[in-house]
Amino acid sequence: MDLLSKLLAEKDWLMADGATGTNLFNRGLEAGEAPELWNVDQPAKIKALYQDAVDSGSDIFLTNSFGGTAARLKLHNAQDRVRELNKVAAALGREVADKAGRPVVVAGSVGPTGEIFEPLGPLSHAEAVEMFEEQGAALMEGGADVLWLETISAPEEYKAAAEAFANINAPWVGTMSFDTAGRTMMGMTSTSMVEMAQGLDNRPLGFGANCGVGASDLLRTIRGFKAANPEIPIVAKGNAGIPKFVHGHIHYDGTPELMGKYAVMVRNSGAKIIGGCCGTMPEHLVAMRKALEETPMGAAPTDEEITSVLGGFSSKSDGTGDEPAPVRIRRRRK
Amino acid sequence: MSDEEDDLILDELSDEELVLQMHDDLYDGMADEIYEAVNILLKRDWVPYDVLTKALVEGMRIVGIDFRDGILFVPEVLLAAGAMKRGMKILKPLLIESGAPQLGKMVIGTVKGDIHDIGKNLVAMMMEGAGFEVIDLGINNPVEDYIDALKRENADILGMSALLTTTMPYMKIVIDTMIEQGIRDDYIVLVGGAPLNEEFGKAIGSDAYCRDAAVAVETAKEFMARKHNQL
Repeated sequence: MDLLSKLLAEKDWLMADGATGTNLFNRGLEAGEAPELWNVDQPAKIKALYQDAVDSGSDIFLTNSFGGTAARLKLHNAQDRVRELNKVAAALGREVADKAGRPVVVAGSVGPTGEIFEPLGPLSHAEAVEMFEEQGAALMEGGADVLWLETISAPEEYKAAAEAFANINAPWVGTMSFDTAGRTMMGMTSTSMVEMAQGLDNRPLGFGANCGVGASDLLRTIRGFKAANPEIPIVAKGNAGIPKFVHGHIHYDGTPELMGKYAVMVRNSGAKIIGGCCGTMPEHLVAMRKALEETPMGAAPTDEEITSVLGGFSSKSDGTGDEPAPVRIRRRRK
Repeated sequence: MSDEEDDLILDELSDEELVLQMHDDLYDGMADEIYEAVNILLKRDWVPYDVLTKALVEGMRIVGIDFRDGILFVPEVLLAAGAMKRGMKILKPLLIESGAPQLGKMVIGTVKGDIHDIGKNLVAMMMEGAGFEVIDLGINNPVEDYIDALKRENADILGMSALLTTTMPYMKIVIDTMIEQGIRDDYIVLVGGAPLNEEFGKAIGSDAYCRDAAVAVETAKEFMARKHNQL
């Protein structure tokens, strides 16, 4: 049995990690540079990133391989280094996890290709499967316990990754980003994601939401998942608030204290794997772990509780169709 | 139902009805029907500029509204823009030939350091769909590339996009360089990207921050109208 399945069976909840990008920029990554190149060029800094997550109490951390598909690496003319860069990303993680003194899951991060699928865009299903397979195989070869698909918008892309991971027998988790009026950019709702994930031949070990807008929106998405009674565990990785431009530099408005409250609320709403995304630093993770350990399980928060603690929603509805979306009447309906 | 659909003969509709039908067909991304309807209007001696503005641009405006309001999502918008493009294929040479006023030309790209191009691609597609000419510089553009392209293409609008909080300040460098060169006011500068907001857009000296692709199109149209009024 893979380590994640084992931990999921043993524990009521697991804590994942925080931001990769935000933390690497703080360590001197130049904007425009591919973070994945650092796996080879700056391995000590990548290990320090992983170590921070372990030291902050994470049960799971994601590898520095988000942009590790050939499609993304191509932007840096590194499309021929998929195997090398991903394998090292996972191997560095393995080293850190094996020295943690407790079970820590190395999750091989796989991000979107950034391409739009046929027929609307140029990417074919077969090409997508091939790219995900290439990246996934390298991450597993490097020692990842599971693969971790994240920030996906298109259902086609989620399905292509599931197929690729089945081809290499890799256990996996997959989350999408709900950032447009409660849905993903491509229009998928929380409820329809549950249906899709559970309908796959190669079901993920966990599914859920990451990134997106703010913690409030993410909580609403988690509630949408829960309402559909999923059989597989829910993952929540929300941003540490919303980025603000203050005196010439950028600052996320989510304090560690607030992220601690977010963690408890999201667990009460039904999430079993809880972490952060952009802007989530080690101090946020420490506060989240503490809050999760010290606060007993409670009732799911209401809309009012969510907005009063974490701030307002970015859109009126979460797009799941409790109130049907207005339909424009056309002369000839498709 | 499908029977009705088969029965609808575009050429039998009055001009007014046909234009309304075209708005609907754009909404539903029906490229063949748009292609056919553009040809019908031209055969009825419509000037190309009217076909563009009254049928296609107006139809895309409605698509833009529903995208902004969270009723349509990216896949539907891409289909609609694809249908618009089919119509533009016929109209573009005729518009150039007739010397009709151009809606405007935009140079667009993500700023230096930023490799995230989905939002930028969407804006480019929507702008094209709305009838603008778009010069897409791709990702990771230094200030020289923007300025060279603006001059070379004799563009009206500069669009800059950034997804990262670390790269968005570069927009100010581009605008400051334009000021230094005395060309800032020759162009409409629009900025966008997830971490930006209106305050930031103002602080760096852009003309406007655009929340999404639909807003970008509306804002570009508004500024172009103002520009034409000044001439």
